[in-house]
Parts: sequence; C-alpha cells; structure tokens
Amino acid sequence: MTKVLTSDARSIRIKGRSFLAVVLSPDLPFDDWLTRLDDLAARSAGFFLARPVVLDVTGLKIEQAELKALIAALTERNVSVMSIEGARHSILGPGMPPAIKGGRPVSDEAVTREPAVEQRQAAETASADEKPVTAEARPALQSLIIREPVRSGQSVMFPEGDVTIIGSVASGAEVIAGGSIHIYGALRGRAMAGSLGNASAQIFCRKLEAELIAIDGIYKMADDMEPSLHGQPVQLWLQGETIIAETLI
Amino acid sequence: MGKVIVVTSGKGGVGKTTSTAALGAALAQNGDKVVVVDFDVGLRNLDLVMGAERRVVYDLVNVIQGDAKLTQALIRDKRVDTLFLLPASQTRDKDNLTTEGVDRVITELKRVFDWVICDSPAGIERGATLAMRHADIAVVVTNPEVSSVRDSDRIIGLLDSKTLKAERGERMEKHLLLTRYDPARAQRGDMLKVEDVLEILSIPLLGIIPESMDVLRASNLGAPVTLADARSVPALAYFEAARRLAGEVLPVTMPGEKRGIFGKFFGRKAA
Repeated sequence: MTKVLTSDARSIRIKGRSFLAVVLSPDLPFDDWLTRLDDLAARSAGFFLARPVVLDVTGLKIEQAELKALIAALTERNVSVMSIEGARHSILGPGMPPAIKGGRPVSDEAVTREPAVEQRQAAETASADEKPVTAEARPALQSLIIREPVRSGQSVMFPEGDVTIIGSVASGAEVIAGGSIHIYGALRGRAMAGSLGNASAQIFCRKLEAELIAIDGIYKMADDMEPSLHGQPVQLWLQGETIIAETLI
Repeated sequence: MGKVIVVTSGKGGVGKTTSTAALGAALAQNGDKVVVVDFDVGLRNLDLVMGAERRVVYDLVNVIQGDAKLTQALIRDKRVDTLFLLPASQTRDKDNLTTEGVDRVITELKRVFDWVICDSPAGIERGATLAMRHADIAVVVTNPEVSSVRDSDRIIGLLDSKTLKAERGERMEKHLLLTRYDPARAQRGDMLKVEDVLEILSIPLLGIIPESMDVLRASNLGAPVTLADARSVPALAYFEAARRLAGEVLPVTMPGEKRGIFGKFFGRKAA
C-alpha cells in the first residue's frame, strides 16, 4: 500500500511563552524544612496551586532515594514539582521530574504579588456568599515605558503588554512586545508586536526606517515595505495575514 | 582623586589612539598630571604615537601580574613632564588582563594623576569592557559613516550596562568626538552630516576633528598631534575638545570654516 504524505498547508506554530516559576530551595535536614513549608502553606493557602514549582537542589549532598522521598512528601502537600534544578545527573531517573536550567532571577515582589490577590479573593468569596464569584484575576494589562533610546544590540522584551519608547530604536536593536509598540522617535531596528499571539497589536513610530516589522508572527522586512513610507510617521496593523501600513498625520 | 576617561568606539581605525594621545598631551600642557594607558594588549599602538616605543621596559600586563611596580612601567614623556604613558604588552593578549588587576592599577593611578585616559581596543570583548569599566567619562570616537555610527551606538549601550557606574545605577558622562570629518564629502552626501550622527547617537558633541594629513605626519614623527604642530587644524580642534572635557563651555566650530554658518552648533546638546 502506498503511503501518501499529505503536506499540511498550515505549518505547525511554535511559540515561546514564559511562565513565572516558584523555586523552592530546600535545606537539609528535609524534615525541618518541610515543617517550615507547612507553616508557610498554612499562612497563605493555595500559594502553590496552579504554579509551576522548580526544586533547586544545587549543592545538596543527597542520593536518589532521599530526593524521591522529598518529592513524594511535597506531592502529599499538593506541591507538584515541575522540574529539578542543580541536580547531579546520577540522582535523577525515570518517573522523576526532569532537570531544568537557565532560569533568570526575578524580583521577589513579582512572585509574592499574585498570591495576595488570590488570598483577598478567597476572603471575599468566603465572607459574602451572595457576591458573584469573581473570575480568577488575569494580570492587568501592563505597559512598559522606556525614556531613552534603545541602543544597537539591546533587546527589549516585554510579553506582558505594550511598550512605549520615548526615543529612537537604533539599527541592530529589537523590541519584542506582547501588546503594541509605540515609538516616539525613529524605528531603525526590529519591532515585533503581539509576540504571544495577539493579532490586534499595532506598531506606531515617528520615522519608519525599520529593518523588520512583525505582528503576531507575520513579518515584513525592509525590502518588502513601500518605499514611500520610508522616513514617515507610520502605523502598522494586521489585517488577516497581511500587514497594512498607513502614514500617521 | 583623578578622573578616568575611556576613549572608545567599537569600530577599529577611527582615531581612538590618535585622540587619546592628542587629548592627553593637550590636558598635560595645561599643567595637569595625565597618564595615558594602552589597553590594546597584543596590538599596542599608543607607544608609537607617543614616540616612546624604544623606551618600553615593563607594561600593563607586567604590573597586573606583579612582575613590575607601576613606577617602573610608567614612561615619562620627554616633551611635557606631566605626561606619562603606561604601555600595553605586545607579546601577550587580552586574556592576561584580569578584572582585579585592572581595578588595582586604575585605583593606584587615580590617586596620583589628575586624568587617567584609557585607550580602548576596538571591539566589544574583554579588552574593551575592561578599559571602560572604571571610567567616569567616556569619549566615543566616531567617523561620520554608517558602520562607525552603528558600532558606536553599540558601544554606548555597553557603557550603560558593563561599567561600574552602570552597576551602581549612575549615568556615565558620554561625549561624541567626530573624527576624520570632511565637510566637502558631507555636503555631497558621501559622508553623514554632523546633525545626522548626533540624531542617531543622541549624546553631546565634544568636538569635530577634520580629516587632515597632519595626523599621519604626527604619528610618523612619534608625537601626539597637539605636540607635533600645535597650530595645525586638527590640533586646534583637539585643544578645544580638551577644554570642554575640563568643563569649559565652548561653541563647537569647524576650524577653517566661516563661524556664521555653524552658529547653530553653539552649545550643541543631545537631541
């Protein structure tokens, strides 16, 4: 029987997404540490619910059995370990969470901010039963404002929302935003808006001299752009699968 | 306590070493104690331009590795006695520069000298980042052409991220020194105009050094431009630039051109 390889016209979309993970760094002896963890869990109920948890065991002298026991103890407490950081190759095995590396530190406030919202919500719904159940709070659309030029080689990444730049974006620089990009200056580098799948994102600039423009994965290079738009104040948006550009007044 | 200036550019061959020597000599002629330090380990040029290539015994790497004391490595200039040179090594390379070693040397130099001028190598790697690490002031040397401007922009980005000042959250004082400027070619459109460069780089203008044959003559003689012929056009421009570094407010003019047309450069600041 002949096998027919159908070529799917739509290629598979691979997107990047960043999630904020909570990193737990246990210290030996584990029993004492678990007691302190229970104390924390009692004070902030549901802290670990729906959060990816990474276990950091860098520098700990433990064997596979001890690590398995710790993971089991955490599972009992409803803490699901997504992956393990800093473990020696020998102590990981099949059936255990995979190893992970390359995490970047984030300010402590970013991690603790959200559970406070959840706690307040839990308190609200508990105290007033008639109140309609508030939908789980989506982080409010944030916006990043940068007041200096973005220099060549610099990369501004802000998947959470819009980016506004009071200055120019130099050739060789890039701005990647989950929302729209507003540039009060010349755009000479790359601007990628709607990077997490937002087709309604737009790009605005005072002087279009861009190397590359992208909205929701659809891109246009300098060569493909209308020569009449070069050096003009332009807004760009997505209509279906094409990028439309229009000069701003 | 001295001030540390880094003369950097990103792009090679734009005039960093020439400018380091010229500015150092100009500041020293005012009576200030100046040391010019060559950070281009393995490809040293500052000693040639200063005319000290036959008097180099110890160099920066020797001092960092403890083979020599700083006083043994410093070479006093024969023409201006407040001007000193700390040469680079020619036989080693940039991997011999250590952060702690450079910290030690610069701290010691700052105690003794009014101005420590670091001649950065081209590029953005270790040599360049170590040269800019301790700077209080940066002089970004740029030619008015597209590749030099883009590389200078990259270097400015690094000045705001890879220096001690950036780590402490302070702003580094940056100045643009436009070198090898040819007004006729700029007029024809072959070269970028001054305002184009300033618009792209957005840092204050320190001075415009015109393209001139005096620069090559001076380096062949082994003398900084400001010592070889103090009345030549580039030397005058360097003297003015040195005065601006010292804090004077002078309008930037194009030497040799009528003052009136360039009146708009008066007190030119960043966009």
